[in-house]
Amino acid sequence: MLTITEKILGGMAGELVDREIDLMMCHEVTTPPAIKMLKEKGITKVWNPDKIVVTPDHFVPNKDIKSAELAKELNDWAIEQGIKHYYKLGCHGVCHAILPEQGHVKPGMVIVGADSHTCTYGALGCFSTGIGSTDCAFVLATGKLWFKVPETIRFNINGKLKPGVTAKDVILYIIKMIGVDGAQYKAMEFGGDVIKNMTDEEKLTICNMAIEAGGKNGIIETPEYFSDPGCNYEKVIEIAGEEIEPLVAYPHLPSNGKDIKDAEKDNIIIDQAFIGSCTNGRFSDMQAAHEILKGKKVACRTIIIPATTEVYKKCLQAGIIADFIDAGCVVSTPTCGPCLGGHMGVLAKGEKCISTTNRNFVGRMGSPESEVYLASPQIVAASAIAGKIVDHRK
Amino acid sequence: MKIHVYPRNNINTDEIIPARYLNSDEEKELTKHAMEDIDTEFVKRVQPGDFIVAGEDFGCGSSREHAIWALRGAGVKGVIAKSFARIFYRNAINNGFLAIECKTLDENLKTGEEIVIDLDNGKFITGGKQYTFSPIPKFVKDIMDKGGLLNTIIDS
Repeated sequence: MLTITEKILGGMAGELVDREIDLMMCHEVTTPPAIKMLKEKGITKVWNPDKIVVTPDHFVPNKDIKSAELAKELNDWAIEQGIKHYYKLGCHGVCHAILPEQGHVKPGMVIVGADSHTCTYGALGCFSTGIGSTDCAFVLATGKLWFKVPETIRFNINGKLKPGVTAKDVILYIIKMIGVDGAQYKAMEFGGDVIKNMTDEEKLTICNMAIEAGGKNGIIETPEYFSDPGCNYEKVIEIAGEEIEPLVAYPHLPSNGKDIKDAEKDNIIIDQAFIGSCTNGRFSDMQAAHEILKGKKVACRTIIIPATTEVYKKCLQAGIIADFIDAGCVVSTPTCGPCLGGHMGVLAKGEKCISTTNRNFVGRMGSPESEVYLASPQIVAASAIAGKIVDHRK
Repeated sequence: MKIHVYPRNNINTDEIIPARYLNSDEEKELTKHAMEDIDTEFVKRVQPGDFIVAGEDFGCGSSREHAIWALRGAGVKGVIAKSFARIFYRNAINNGFLAIECKTLDENLKTGEEIVIDLDNGKFITGGKQYTFSPIPKFVKDIMDKGGLLNTIIDS
């Protein structure tokens, strides 16, 4: 009787395994150091250029000379190695949005990426986790990596969500419940009726933030890959979907969720609203924001970044971008940009931003004296119009 | 050797090395900004061989290995914390950077206190108290003894 994570990794919880990697994700911040390490060791060829996806996304289009050099290093290497799946500028996207979108993620795979939100892909029934640059270099050289098979915490989200409650609220609720290290080193397995009825995009939003509870991976079963009845969960947590309210995670932890009704009473004036990122930058997120913003005007600086070139194009074709612009929003080509305080929406001292991203640590989006509030696209869009944090259901 | 104490939990990698500096992967650049957003005096104060002491979940957040390089470049030998975030822990192993777990750290430890550490016997003394720490797992020791994961490739 095994959990889905145990099955895919090929070991019982607590065991050390050496696994072949089915897919490796590389972007321009964390892969250049790995490239340098390989060169230093005289390793000239990657194990399999067809199992690597290269996605420059963090500081692109190049925000300064140093970033340009990182992007160039990644580019030159991808070409030299004959990397088949290289999403260069013009067909680029935020890594954790573009990989699932382009069909690279399949159930049962073992996927690693040199980025902590690689846990996102587990939504589609694979084992997927983030690693650092040295582990990345090791995988690029050998196509394998060691793992300690994690214990699983199972979350059953039962019943139904109330109107206006989204996948983002579900994961913020869970992180609030267990804390930012509540799933440290564990697999977070999500199930129950609410999850079963979610779209792939909603599932991706949920698994994206598994790392924010310290999770090794986030995972959702598929008809083909599932946990055996009677398998060994470390813990099973039952959650009634109806219990979940729309939440805003206050600075400076993703676990600081507050009911939107109470957050509204705090009358928090915002300087910036951001809609995008690997958490909520997909087409359904753009549509959700559009429904609220269409025909209205924003009261603060509002930046919207579709997470991939295809999402951007779909939004253009659907007239969504024009409506965003008419509402007074800034719309950009795909990039991680503001999420990590990189570019395209950095905060000054004293500024507050409400954002669909996944982290709000001190200095995350710019000045260490700025503040980031995390929420769903709906709450962010409504708050952009109001110029302060408001309940989008009104 | 001295300790630098951050009695908080969840010291994260955005605080250890803010993303605005990630356009460089050079240790000597990164190190200038280690801990900048929570302790502007850190880089001036730290001496080679010093340790950071912290609460639970040290190194949480982003996978950036730059966090290790920034600390290592500043001369930090390791971190003693009540617990570690998993990606940071793996990155530490891969760099021979000590990530020592000690659940019983005294709340009253102060920055600047001397520390004496006995790795082989799993003990350290600081703030007038002796502590034992969780033994480093054998497989971790094996990787660290080789100088990091990449060096294990040459062997096989």
